[in-house]
Amino acid sequence: MEPVILTKELTIKFGKFTAVNKVTFDVKEGEIFGLLGPNGSGKTTIIKALCGLITNALGEGKVLGLDIHKDSFKIKKRIGYMSQKFSLYEELTVNENLDFYAGIYQMKKDAIKVRKPEVLKLTGLTSYLERRAGALSGGWKQRLALACAIIHEPEVLFLDEPTAGIDPVARRTLWDLLFKLSGEGVTIFVTTHYMDEAERCRRVGYIYLSNLIAVGTIGELRQLPEISPDNSARLEILCNLPSEALVFIKELPYVWESTIFGQSIHVLCEANKREQLSKDLQDQGFNISQISPIIPSLEDIFVTLTNNIINKELGGGK
Amino acid sequence: MWENNFLAGLWPIFKKEVLQILRDPTTLFFALFVPIFEMVLLGVAVDTNVRQIKTVVYDLAKTQESQVLIERYISSDDFNVVAKVNSDRELYDKIVSGEAKVGIKIPEDYSRALQKNTSTSVLLIVDGSESNVTSEAVNVSSAITLQESLKRIATKSPGIVESRHKVLFNPNTRSANFFIPGLVAVVMQLMIIILISFSLVKERERGTLENLYLAPISPLGLMIGKMLPYGLLGFFELCWILLVMRYLFDVPIHGSVLLLLIFSIPFILTILGMGLIISTRARTQSEAMQLATSTLLPSIFLSGYIFSLDNMPQVFWIISRFIPTTYYIDTLRGIIIRGAEFKHLWMNGLALLVMGLTMLILAAFRFRQTNV
Repeated sequence: MEPVILTKELTIKFGKFTAVNKVTFDVKEGEIFGLLGPNGSGKTTIIKALCGLITNALGEGKVLGLDIHKDSFKIKKRIGYMSQKFSLYEELTVNENLDFYAGIYQMKKDAIKVRKPEVLKLTGLTSYLERRAGALSGGWKQRLALACAIIHEPEVLFLDEPTAGIDPVARRTLWDLLFKLSGEGVTIFVTTHYMDEAERCRRVGYIYLSNLIAVGTIGELRQLPEISPDNSARLEILCNLPSEALVFIKELPYVWESTIFGQSIHVLCEANKREQLSKDLQDQGFNISQISPIIPSLEDIFVTLTNNIINKELGGGK
Repeated sequence: MWENNFLAGLWPIFKKEVLQILRDPTTLFFALFVPIFEMVLLGVAVDTNVRQIKTVVYDLAKTQESQVLIERYISSDDFNVVAKVNSDRELYDKIVSGEAKVGIKIPEDYSRALQKNTSTSVLLIVDGSESNVTSEAVNVSSAITLQESLKRIATKSPGIVESRHKVLFNPNTRSANFFIPGLVAVVMQLMIIILISFSLVKERERGTLENLYLAPISPLGLMIGKMLPYGLLGFFELCWILLVMRYLFDVPIHGSVLLLLIFSIPFILTILGMGLIISTRARTQSEAMQLATSTLLPSIFLSGYIFSLDNMPQVFWIISRFIPTTYYIDTLRGIIIRGAEFKHLWMNGLALLVMGLTMLILAAFRFRQTNV
């Protein structure tokens, strides 16, 4: 089956600056695809390009089988979009906001009649119908924004950092809604810079400095040679004074990479060096309570990928 | 289908915009009451300019009656007697040198004529270079002499006092109602440009514009959907300002109100276009405000609103031809003050229409290019 979203070497330049550099990926029907990356890495630009908003995009891009260079208008009709700014008209009521978005998506009156109660029920907004959008709290505003983005039954839903700046409970609620939509067959494309959100996606793309570094399920990413090189091991160390220990560990010749996660230190090092690492630390006077092999988390994966890039940029490294 | 795409989004945006205008009390306040405040302020300011006009008196009669008349002039508050002179030469000198704007000459036989129940006249010599001063001085002087005559009817010697006037330097005086019609144009321009550009910039700031661009609406649909409600608001505002002008400031409209409204349409289109162009440039509301006020300055100083274009150097006259407000103020004054008709004004209308269409085409062009 043809993927719902597909790009081949998608490149976007703003003057001399390359915002998106030869990005290739695809998203299958009904899947939740997460594009993870720091601010300014090109995530929003990719969404805009997929909706045909960027006229000078190079390379191939298709959404729902439609060419992003030619069929922008047709694409826009069949997708929904929600940004972190909520994009609501605060003077209008919940009902009027929904009517407005139904209107600009050219929905017929009968269709609105059927669809509106569905959307309201899904987002739990039914009792707020006559409330002004400006009077809603952050979490409810976001639900309304989602309701407005799906009122026209889009086949693909783009969410641009939908949870930036809202509380953890509202974030959870939003993700529950996204899972429901995904269950109904809606393809969801979400950008984020939160690791835990990326972990909820079926597949993840990692974009860094305009380049798509890796794409795949978490399982696939773990198998990448740069994540788990031959003769390597990933260890978790629990010890006292982790910050001081980290400084020492970074200097060890057989350690390739080390980061602090809460109270523990994650280390990527040569295989079979567990005993040696433990001994070296104890010789320095650190008290080790645990040292054990771990499976790389998504964060480990991205730290490693980012470090690889930085080291390449610097022209060397370990 | 093509037509559908061509103006896609127009109707929902129109409805939404109307709701937003009605919901946002500041917009309505801005549109309806701020112009009145401005009119009152400027009306009063214009008024103060013509109070205490520096006046020189040449009293040939030197009688009790003439003294009474002079007192009347002084107590009217419009005249401030700065000098009394004893010859025509001195009188003219005072005016030519600018020490006085008005000279009052009371004839030698003033009291005698009144006692004989015949008429006599006071000569008012006015510096015509400031049109509003001229007209004010002439009007008030006529009123004072009329008052004096009326008072005399009841007495034993009901002689009539007339005020004759002679305008120096600029014999074509303008009416005191010179400013308010021009103010209508300036106030409308500021309101409409600010309101429409704010409505778009606000969408950009809040991020709703991004959603509109990602929705299946056409740039033209968005543009016209925004223009219509603010165009209607502008029209409504025009009627409102005209009502206030007519009944609060008592400025009579000598020509056809319908003609005035029809000629206002191309002007409103022009300023809507200007507002839209500003909104494609400005990123924030304060930026939009700056751009809007910067369009206002030439419209005030180079449109003939305050300074007569006839007296300007050629360069400024040429510049004024590119300012839509010039044509609209001329049209307003033509209809309101001179009772001008279509045959006198069609050139102005044509100029406005050309400018309006140019602005709209430019705005449409910029709308197509604008990214979020």
